[in-house]
Amino acid sequence: MPVKAQVLDGEGIRKVLVRIAHEIAERQPADAALALVGIRSRGELLARRLARLLEEFTRVMVPVGALDITLYRDDLGLLSSNPVVHATEIPFDVTGRRLVIVDDVLFTGRTVRAAMDALADLGRPQTLELAVLVDRGHRELPIKADYVGKNMPTAREELVQVRLSESDGIDEVVIEEKQP
Amino acid sequence: MTRWTRKDLLGLEELSKEEILLLLDQARAFKEISLRPIKKVPALRGRTVALCFLEPSTRTRASFELAAKRLSADLLSFQGNSSSLVKGETVVDTARNIEAMHVDVMVLRHNTSGIPALVARSVKTSIVNAGDGSHEHPTQGLVDLYTIQEKKGRIEGLNVLIVGDVLHSRVARSDFWGLTKLGARVTLCGPPTLVPAPMEALGAKIAFRLDEALPQADVVIALRLQLERQQERYIPSFREYTKLYGIDQEKLARAKPDLIVMHPGPVNRGVELSPEVADGPQSVILDQVTNGIAVRMAALYLVAGASHSEPADLPAPQPDPAEVGT
Repeated sequence: MPVKAQVLDGEGIRKVLVRIAHEIAERQPADAALALVGIRSRGELLARRLARLLEEFTRVMVPVGALDITLYRDDLGLLSSNPVVHATEIPFDVTGRRLVIVDDVLFTGRTVRAAMDALADLGRPQTLELAVLVDRGHRELPIKADYVGKNMPTAREELVQVRLSESDGIDEVVIEEKQP
Repeated sequence: MTRWTRKDLLGLEELSKEEILLLLDQARAFKEISLRPIKKVPALRGRTVALCFLEPSTRTRASFELAAKRLSADLLSFQGNSSSLVKGETVVDTARNIEAMHVDVMVLRHNTSGIPALVARSVKTSIVNAGDGSHEHPTQGLVDLYTIQEKKGRIEGLNVLIVGDVLHSRVARSDFWGLTKLGARVTLCGPPTLVPAPMEALGAKIAFRLDEALPQADVVIALRLQLERQQERYIPSFREYTKLYGIDQEKLARAKPDLIVMHPGPVNRGVELSPEVADGPQSVILDQVTNGIAVRMAALYLVAGASHSEPADLPAPQPDPAEVGT
């Protein structure tokens, strides 16, 4: 797929995460039971990076969970075969927590809707916020992020690829054009 | 990664190694759901699963029923003795009627080998074989694979000993196919009347003496001695069978200390397993029952996904958000 532009490089991603971590820390009440929930797979990696930064800034351990939203997708009946499910691993009780959902790209909002439903089945968090590395617009549901790394206007047909060194060997965000 | 494209799950013989691994991998993802306070996900919301058990069953039926409910599917139950089959309707006609009620998945148990395959060819509904005659019991085979993988960390290279009435056992056949495809060495052990010699040609080792075969085993799967077949004189007496092929603590003492003991249930206590062994620290029989739900959730989820009616009048599926980021 032809790459149209690199929007963030490794340093860009690092700076954005540092800022988001500061913003999360700034908005938490002192006694908050904060935890991060990353949406598999890259949201989980970003959540782990944010947790490390938060620990560095606040000297408080922040638990991280990984959420698979496949079983909560609203298009399950429309796909030609059911997508592979990965395990949900939330190693803490979500009830009463201040949770931040972390994902790489915010697009239609349908993944976040699924994540909220999935978390509601696990308990009753005190608050639920959303942090994303990239907001590319084109929402189909009334959903808005609380922490945004980069607002990136895109055409609907374009693809936004987030690559992270843990899974892809490189840190970058690129816009790709779909083949006609 | 492999995608599941089969309409039906009829047996492990026809599956590739990759398809078996996909089923086990999905079962691993589903296991956590049964540990939640709210044991339910909406994956099969609005879908209907029919349980057609035309032969008695408690555990497999309960396991499929819970699996379907935990996926939010609606359930329809048929039993052999209360259905129109006793009035002379053929099983294919029954299946066509169930299909006409827009059921998505039919879980079928029948005492004749091959009936699920016959039904699968006759209807568009997905068929999951829950045991047919002495042919296959694929979900039980998957449960055994899953449990071995969970307890031993691997399957490849293990020595697995299947003891007892192999001749009539569909579990033994599913276990054999699954284990062989995943690289385990399978030994079948029992009296010559109950171990079919042609299975040697398929790659199984055959042993007639349990005391000689047991010490090499990493896993032993004891099969239920089918008491109802006793009058057919496959064995001289229960006492002799138990002495030669029953697993008790004395025989276990000469086996590997990390041997695990499995049984598909129901156990004839004091026949194939002594009570001390069935309840002992090496027994994983109840783990098999627990894992059964996760495995059957995986089977229903994958099969239901492949059974969708052709989405001709629906918008083209959006790209997988896991890949593009939604």
